[in-house]
Amino acid sequence: MIRFVVASVLVFLLAIPAMAQQASVIKIGGLAPTTGNVATFGIGQRNSYELAVEEVNKAGGLKVGDKFYKLQLIFEDEQNSPEVGATAARKLINQDGVKAILGPTNTKVCFPVGAIAQENKVPMITPTCTNPKVTLVGDFIFRAGFIDTFQGAVGAHFVYKTLGKRRAGVLFDNGNDYTKGLATYFRDAFEKLGGKVVAFESFTDEEKTVDFRPQLISIKAANPDVLYSSDYYGAAALMAKQSKELGLNVPFMGGDGFDSPDLVRIGGQAVEGVHFTNFYSQDDPSPGVRQFIKAYRAKYKDTPDAYAAQGYGAAQILFDAIKRAGKVEGPAIRDALAKTRGLKTVVGVITYDQNRNPTKPAVIIRIKSGQQSFVTSVSPQDLPSTIRP
Amino acid sequence: MSVPQGGYWRTLAWAGGLGSVLVLSSWWYIATYGLTVFLQQLINGLQRGSIYALVALGFTMVYGIIELINFAHGDIFMFGAYIAAFVGGALLSQGYWVAFFAALVASMVVTALLGVLIERVAYRPLRYKARFSALTTAMGVSIFLENFFALPPHAVPFPLNYVVFGPNYIRFPDLLNVQYYSYGGIYFTTLHIMDFVLAILLMLLLVYFIHYTLIGKAMRAVAFDKDGAKLMGINVDWTIAATFAIGSGLAAASGLMYGMTYGILASPYFGIFPGLQAFIAAVLGGIGIIPGAVLGGFLMGVSETFATSINSNLGYMISFLILIVVLLFKPAGLLGRWRREKV
Repeated sequence: MIRFVVASVLVFLLAIPAMAQQASVIKIGGLAPTTGNVATFGIGQRNSYELAVEEVNKAGGLKVGDKFYKLQLIFEDEQNSPEVGATAARKLINQDGVKAILGPTNTKVCFPVGAIAQENKVPMITPTCTNPKVTLVGDFIFRAGFIDTFQGAVGAHFVYKTLGKRRAGVLFDNGNDYTKGLATYFRDAFEKLGGKVVAFESFTDEEKTVDFRPQLISIKAANPDVLYSSDYYGAAALMAKQSKELGLNVPFMGGDGFDSPDLVRIGGQAVEGVHFTNFYSQDDPSPGVRQFIKAYRAKYKDTPDAYAAQGYGAAQILFDAIKRAGKVEGPAIRDALAKTRGLKTVVGVITYDQNRNPTKPAVIIRIKSGQQSFVTSVSPQDLPSTIRP
Repeated sequence: MSVPQGGYWRTLAWAGGLGSVLVLSSWWYIATYGLTVFLQQLINGLQRGSIYALVALGFTMVYGIIELINFAHGDIFMFGAYIAAFVGGALLSQGYWVAFFAALVASMVVTALLGVLIERVAYRPLRYKARFSALTTAMGVSIFLENFFALPPHAVPFPLNYVVFGPNYIRFPDLLNVQYYSYGGIYFTTLHIMDFVLAILLMLLLVYFIHYTLIGKAMRAVAFDKDGAKLMGINVDWTIAATFAIGSGLAAASGLMYGMTYGILASPYFGIFPGLQAFIAAVLGGIGIIPGAVLGGFLMGVSETFATSINSNLGYMISFLILIVVLLFKPAGLLGRWRREKV
């Protein structure tokens, strides 16, 4: 008898999680690098995904059709590695059965993960992959950020018009689709504007390279009046330090990869006055952004950077589409996503074009007294038509 | 000791050949890029070479004594750099030199203990087994150290969370007030001088230590003939443990200099690449020969720097190319001679 009671209690206990599953849940996959050379990006995005999911659940869940669903985030660390990202995406789709994926963070991981999501008809929204080819992998791939042809043009325009520089030295990682793409788009736009790229130097594998001086000496010998790099904050900080050490004292400009508190933490005085193009600014006064920053600060005791904001924006876009999809199925969510028009998010008003890219402005940030400060906001129509993407 | 094959003329031909290649390529570089760029690249190449040389010193010494290719050396180097970063960072408020020397001593001592522990656990039990076994455990130790220290602190139970370093990079604190100098358009810092001086100084100290101290003589005796050394009353276990302690201490010192030079420790995997470069430097100079490690390190640092400046993607290829060419003509390395006694 005792044995029977114990057994039935055990069976009951085992059944609890299964019963909980019965209460309608939508599983959302999250992918970002929380370890490795761009860990601050991934940690911010994971926090934002958690925050967005928590807020929806607190408000009672998502209403799809006439049923309410709770959201469940299943997060994997993709380590900024295409191989790890691909494995994690397969696990999320095949094992966990996620209905959509938020992430990954960087272009080189977006390519393999995008191919897997497309193959399995799971919609994916990347918050921050910016290479134009990422969404061309298939019609299930969306993004919440701008594309690098635009970002490169904004950087080139700023260097040419605002800083008034004509001779650019460019240094980038040749083993990374994002950095290679952005450096090339910058060069193209800068030369179309009438500037000259006097040195176009690269290196291979950012995680292995700590000594950029051979390239910086070559760049210095070409006598540039501005330095541009499409790399991430760690390498950028070292470049800034080493170029000062070599007496190359010219303005330094970069892309969204510079956006991390670690840029200043590693670079110190050397990154003072550095400019970079970015998705959003923490100084944005719009109520949606203020509320997001407040909620994020309350939960994580930290100010969200643009990567975190983009993560939150991607989640907003996805949840809005699921509500409109009417049913929780990949193709239905995809169709709803493609029809997103004028959706207000923390990272701007989102309307998708035929390539599933939103049209939104870029901001330019300057490092001032070790802090990011907002310089200006640039929309596609602010650029001369020759370099507009 | 046997006379080198081919003798005097062969050595002379070697030196002449290598020298003329160096002179010709330098001349070409100066003609193409100018003298200032050449000198600037040379200074930075020597600094990079000093780092390689520092790592290679400990590596080549361990090989010289027990003929074990210590694949874990790069990871011991990594460990030393992290310890130096933690100790130095904690003591930074006490002033630059205090922090620097405390970091140096603490990291050398702790890393030496780690080296002795590794030897005791992973190499000593295999000392009289096939050499291949020890080589395999060396790789095992290397991969274990990387992956163990890369565990995120929040994911492991107490007390391990105070031991592991985590997978993310850390900033290496500025342990010295680095000065910037420039003469005639050529720029360098205190660290350029320190790296170079330390590489030469440690090389000389090590040579002196091995040739003129009691324990150094014991090491050479063990390297020459373990059983014979034992018959002479030398404690082989202690001698080899001391070898590992010194080799690992040197690795820690080089880790400190690496951290100060580049200001960043990428992750507990960062030792792999300098470890590999140090291995090549040691083989290039003649493995087991201490001045050879420094020569090999300088040669690689300088050639990598110049190759990178000519074409960014050539950099890491050139050292391997040099290795292949040198080994084809001189299988024992630049300073190596085919003889029994190493060190």
